[in-house]
Amino acid sequence: MPNGFPGARVCALFTAIASFLFSAPAWAELGQPRPWQLGFQEPVTPIARQIGQFHDFLLIIITVTSIFVLALMVYVGLRFNAKSNPKPSKTTHNTTLEVLWTVVPIIILVIIAVPSFRLLFAQYDFPKADLTIKAIGNQWYWTYEYPDHDALTFDAVIVEDADLKPGQPRLLATDNEVVVPVNKNVHVLITASDVLHNWTVPAFGVKVDAVPGRLLRTWFRAEKTGTFYGQCSELCGAKHAFMPIAVRVVTDEQFASWLQKAKKEFAAAPSETLQETPAETPRLAELKR
Amino acid sequence: MAGKSATADHHDHPTGLKRYLFSTNHKDIGTLYLIFALIGGIIGGLLSIGMRMELQHPGMQIFSDPHMFNVFTTAHGLIMVFFMIMPSLFGGFGNWIVPLQIGAPDMAFPRLNNISFWLLPPAFTLLLMSLFVPGPPGGDGVGGGWTVYAPLSTSGSPGPAMDFAILSLHLAGASSILSAINFITTIFNMRAPGMTLHKMPLFVWSILVTAFLLLLALPVLAGAITMLLTDRNFGTTFFDAAGGGDPLLFQHLFWFFGHPEVYIIILPAFGLISHVISTFSNKPIFGYLGMAYAMAAIGAVGFVVWAHHMYTAGISLNTQAYFVAATMVIAVPTGVKIFSWIATMWGGSIVFKTPMLWAFGFIFLFTLGGVTGVVLANAGVDRAMHDTYYVVAHFHYVLSLGATFGLFAGWYYWFPKITGYMYSEFVGKLHFWVSFIGVNLVFFPQHFLGLAGMPRRYADYPDAFAGWNYVSSVGSYISGFGVLIFLFGVFLAFQRKEKAAGNPWGEGATTLEWTLSSPPPFHQYEQLPRIK
Repeated sequence: MPNGFPGARVCALFTAIASFLFSAPAWAELGQPRPWQLGFQEPVTPIARQIGQFHDFLLIIITVTSIFVLALMVYVGLRFNAKSNPKPSKTTHNTTLEVLWTVVPIIILVIIAVPSFRLLFAQYDFPKADLTIKAIGNQWYWTYEYPDHDALTFDAVIVEDADLKPGQPRLLATDNEVVVPVNKNVHVLITASDVLHNWTVPAFGVKVDAVPGRLLRTWFRAEKTGTFYGQCSELCGAKHAFMPIAVRVVTDEQFASWLQKAKKEFAAAPSETLQETPAETPRLAELKR
Repeated sequence: MAGKSATADHHDHPTGLKRYLFSTNHKDIGTLYLIFALIGGIIGGLLSIGMRMELQHPGMQIFSDPHMFNVFTTAHGLIMVFFMIMPSLFGGFGNWIVPLQIGAPDMAFPRLNNISFWLLPPAFTLLLMSLFVPGPPGGDGVGGGWTVYAPLSTSGSPGPAMDFAILSLHLAGASSILSAINFITTIFNMRAPGMTLHKMPLFVWSILVTAFLLLLALPVLAGAITMLLTDRNFGTTFFDAAGGGDPLLFQHLFWFFGHPEVYIIILPAFGLISHVISTFSNKPIFGYLGMAYAMAAIGAVGFVVWAHHMYTAGISLNTQAYFVAATMVIAVPTGVKIFSWIATMWGGSIVFKTPMLWAFGFIFLFTLGGVTGVVLANAGVDRAMHDTYYVVAHFHYVLSLGATFGLFAGWYYWFPKITGYMYSEFVGKLHFWVSFIGVNLVFFPQHFLGLAGMPRRYADYPDAFAGWNYVSSVGSYISGFGVLIFLFGVFLAFQRKEKAAGNPWGEGATTLEWTLSSPPPFHQYEQLPRIK
């Protein structure tokens, strides 16, 4: 735990057990879900790690609470059924008990609140940006811009099942990936052109709605290289499930060479990109007018 | 069905179509609500099984068009909320039981009661019609989810299907507002002599709080969807940034209704569970006042927590921090309720008849849904869970396994009172165990799917999610089988015609409805009961 909170030490052992059970082991493939997974995807940003730790902590509290309630019920069911206890008591009040079960939950909630607010404020504590990218949600693909780099712009469209190359996960891979350097603070500006969408990468611990007419932002600092996947997370129509997000985290050198290549590639064929957009989009734009 | 004694009654006692179509009798209207909810529940349930069939394996199976899948999720949500849970718990049991429990001959406004019910069938018809008219380009029906967020519900769905759904909600909302007014008036003015608010049965308390929630929340929904309607058809831009509006406005308005709505769904279940627990523990309710005011507190706080549904929607950091704090407060009165139920059983002499089994199941499953609610309340971690299956698991644990288990507890508890027949204990208990196993298989694995990142409202998913989805689908078929057992049990009870006593539950059942015959006479309490 980077920042200790009340009760943290007491729970350390349980946290370790929970992490073992519910976090992805190190050998799992980064950046995407795996079969029969129980917990979060392996975090690759400080924020995602903090989310995971806070969730482990919550998981202990809610598990203990649930088991406590279950134990009480099992006890009540065995001890106070009509056979074991033919003569019911008529007790209807116990002030101490009533105060206790009001105050103890309040204390637990306060204990939860401390790390909760710490996490929430950390998510909005934007460090100085090393790179800014802009993600624009469309029905049903993402457009990315690199405003720091000659407004490099390209679309990322899902790879259809038939076109999948070996190693590309179905429904997660896109034709063009967002490429960012490792260990750099990346700011993401997010908006949409038609309806609501949502830009998320679970391994980064970021998730932001793409709202037409609003520009929202988030940030991440990926600490490992690899390709990390997410999926649109705000219902956006028929092909909501078919506009994934793929972010490739690379070294500085790889990023520089990618930039050069991409600038040429995407500058050469802007009209081609336009033609690729689904037919619905202009029609929707027309309706909007 | 109303018994021989009623025919001796000098009051008008219509029969057949006239009796139900023009009914002003709270019991007949209650019965209509229950039948309506049964039909709604079966349709809504079939839709969910369709969804689970699609999701059983990765790839598109039974739906050729993913839009149709979205239509199913949307219709399932709207039907279960507006045409199953609300008509059964609030409309059905509320109408049947509230006058009986407060010692009133009928509702305060019997004709208003009639129109409250008869607005629902047209509302449901409109919603069903929306499935067959064009929605978004190239598809029929509303696929925007039960939340109908703009702009997917405005520019994103230009066809008339959305208008049908909006008008359906208007009618259903009007129905609920009218019956809320009716319940509030009845409960405030028609309690038997001596029954102060602090002696009122907890189910009546729960209906009273629910009625206030409906009265305050539904007009906001009505306003929001009217704005949708004008945005869609008359060129306004409430939710369109291009005209100075904001899509977020809709979300604020919707959830200002939507969050109280979830308490509207669960509160009547809270109320009736208390009676079931007390009856079958042969023990008075523990901490009665705390229980009543816990419901009032849940209702009140329920109005100031709405934006916890919107943590990723673009609300400011400080706003999120406020909603985190406010939301967590709700855990306290909810905890009071859970522990008071257990304390009611403590020291009791529990008989595990079918209603008690459902109530027992309710407490535990509602607790599971409640604790994941505490997790989701934290904006920081909700960032990871928002719009994933974790949320689906959470709200089905509190609603599908909470409210519905409460509904069945009430059904078996009051079935003898309402019909005059005993149900089969064996079939009732079988129904419970099959449902218990089924719904847990459906929804528990969805926590894992959500944590792993599977977004909700997806017609197809990456192959890694296949395992738990398969388990979930199998659970859904088991639950569906449970519904068949339930229907068989109802059929069997009417077949066997085993007469129920006025009070089949013995000493533990202390509320006024058990002093009457089963079923009660067409008009009860010609002499008002006196409460000491």
